[in-house]
Amino acid sequence: MAVATGKSFASRFGVHIAVFIFVAIWTIPTLGILVSSLRDKDQIIASGWWNSFASSTQTEAGRLPPASAQVEKDGKFVLEGNIFGDDPARDISAFGVKSSAPTQYPAGTTADLGDGETLQLNADGSFVMTSTKPFEGERGQRVYYASSAPPKFTTDNYNTVLFSEGIGRSFMNSLTVTIPATVIPILIAAFAAYALAWMRFPGRALLIAVIIGLLVVPLQMSLIPLLKLYNGVGAFFGVPSKTYLGIWLAHTGFGLPFAIYLLRSYIAGLPREIMESARIDGASDFEIFVKIVLPLSFPVLASFAIFQFLWVWNDLLVAMVFLGTEGDQIVLTAKLNALLGSRGGDWEILTTSAFITIVVPLIVFFSLQRYFVRGLLAGSVKGG
Amino acid sequence: MAAQIFSAIFVIIVGVGGCVAYFWGANKLVDVIFPSRGVAGAAAIDNLRRQGMIRPWLFVGPAMIILTIYLIYPVVETLRLSFLDRSGTNFVGFANYEWAFGDREFRNAIFNNIIWLAVVPAACTFLGLIIAVLTDKIWWGTIAKSLIFLPLAISFVGASVIWKFIYEYRGAGQTQIGLLNAIIQYFGGQPQVWISLPFWNNFFLMIILIWIQTGFAMVILSSALRGIPEETLEAAVIDGANPFQIFWKIMVPQIWGTIAVVWTTITILVLKVFDIVLTMTNGQWNSQVLANLMFDWMFRGGGDFGRGATIAIIIMIAVIPIMIWNIRQANKETGGH
Repeated sequence: MAVATGKSFASRFGVHIAVFIFVAIWTIPTLGILVSSLRDKDQIIASGWWNSFASSTQTEAGRLPPASAQVEKDGKFVLEGNIFGDDPARDISAFGVKSSAPTQYPAGTTADLGDGETLQLNADGSFVMTSTKPFEGERGQRVYYASSAPPKFTTDNYNTVLFSEGIGRSFMNSLTVTIPATVIPILIAAFAAYALAWMRFPGRALLIAVIIGLLVVPLQMSLIPLLKLYNGVGAFFGVPSKTYLGIWLAHTGFGLPFAIYLLRSYIAGLPREIMESARIDGASDFEIFVKIVLPLSFPVLASFAIFQFLWVWNDLLVAMVFLGTEGDQIVLTAKLNALLGSRGGDWEILTTSAFITIVVPLIVFFSLQRYFVRGLLAGSVKGG
Repeated sequence: MAAQIFSAIFVIIVGVGGCVAYFWGANKLVDVIFPSRGVAGAAAIDNLRRQGMIRPWLFVGPAMIILTIYLIYPVVETLRLSFLDRSGTNFVGFANYEWAFGDREFRNAIFNNIIWLAVVPAACTFLGLIIAVLTDKIWWGTIAKSLIFLPLAISFVGASVIWKFIYEYRGAGQTQIGLLNAIIQYFGGQPQVWISLPFWNNFFLMIILIWIQTGFAMVILSSALRGIPEETLEAAVIDGANPFQIFWKIMVPQIWGTIAVVWTTITILVLKVFDIVLTMTNGQWNSQVLANLMFDWMFRGGGDFGRGATIAIIIMIAVIPIMIWNIRQANKETGGH
């Protein structure tokens, strides 16, 4: 490919810029939820996450104390205090008394409110309000102010979603669903793949064709009959119809065509001599499979395992149909979908939950990328 | 929590252990019933032959049973249900199909699916190809590819949350916390509620799938590009071809087969796209697609299995040409082996 490389400095520079832009577009969205999940929940809605290292400014409203707190000084009636109470964590830059002009006066200046009243609000939140006449009424003066808070990062969001929003439980449920739903199809497919590759029996070619056909059958075709079947079986035996066993078998069924296809094409490519010399030494098919084929097939088994793990972990459709959309058993994806409905605008909950759901796939993906890419190439280039 | 972890480990051991026990036990059983060792010569040969007849079926048996229950039977049953009413008891002929093509929501879903099919596979393949070519030329290409590949590991629901955050809308003049509206407002534009703009919202949903799948196209095409013989490129350079001519006239024609595979794989995925639409809009604002509509009818008003099955059949019909092509390709490759 070296010959295709641009000759001029400008064109090579252009390639770097272009790739950099692509990488930025592909990573910034994920970065956004990671950063947001670590921010204070009030700051998430006050400023964009890309500003999270700058102080965030927001306009707030407060109320001064009622007339009962006034004191008389030098013939004037005075109200004093701090608008933040005992916790002056923010800086006020401007204030006002009308919602239409919430930042009319800079902080620290004395505003003339008319009718003999003045108000001074300082950057630290302390205020002095004076009047020539006594204050009256139960409700104090309404004050608007623009305050800025220093950037605040926290792991509180993780504590909240893991232990009070039920994400922790769903995380365990996802593991409970995913691990057997990855291991069971590998076992079943490996035996079948060996038989289809190295054993002679009538109907073998037809079986292979059927499996390749089933590779592309949409999941949607199976949902309604299986839902009916599960409900029927549940009612007949008086057991719940939404069980882990049910979803393991469903994922096994949906993963098997690809598993058998991938494993068969690999196992069929193993050297014939090894099998034959083992057979001459008196090894049975079972022994050949366990002692020779399985160890040699490790790379393809790993590839499929990663595929199936990611597919099951990330699946929403099968989980919603066979485990339901609520209750104790629901997995992470279904929980996240439910939160999108119930906690629609609470971005601290949504971004944190989303990051927890994607962190396991990302770890698997980065640590085992080699096997993942190999499986991808074997699975699709050969016509699947 | 502890109880849950314990029961999870327990069920995992039972499930996986059951599988191992079957294969080991079934194999042992054949050895015991038809012993090939420790018996007289003729009987041993006879038993070996019987073992050879039975054992393949023990190996493929579980797979066949599961495939039959979970894929073959449902295909037949779904076809049958599509001719029955909502409860699946009374025959209604083609009434469900007539309903479908008269239904506004269904026609909207078909229309949207066609746009998805026209845009997403093309965009993924094109972007994947461009990125594969560009990253091949720079020293940090592997890292770049890895990062662009990364969204493939993210669930559709997770990706939907990620992009919903980007599309987040606040009224004009307010601080935008969604990246897209912030950029638009920064350049003086008017913020929009992107996912509820009829027709255009489809494209904002498609971007999510393109974002996920471009990495897939890139990896496959990148490996195909590396298989192109160096001489063909050198010859083109000597003949004075510019980089665009080399790309379009030398490289692309040589990897045409791989492009077709990537395209069909993503096409099948697009036909089944469900999670993104469910989580982003649930089909509102004219963004419905077939797979989400089908899920909807499975449960809407207690569930209408007839209509749900009919929509599934229509998705299936769209897949059949690809299925036939696949089987033909596979037969060609194995040469009837």
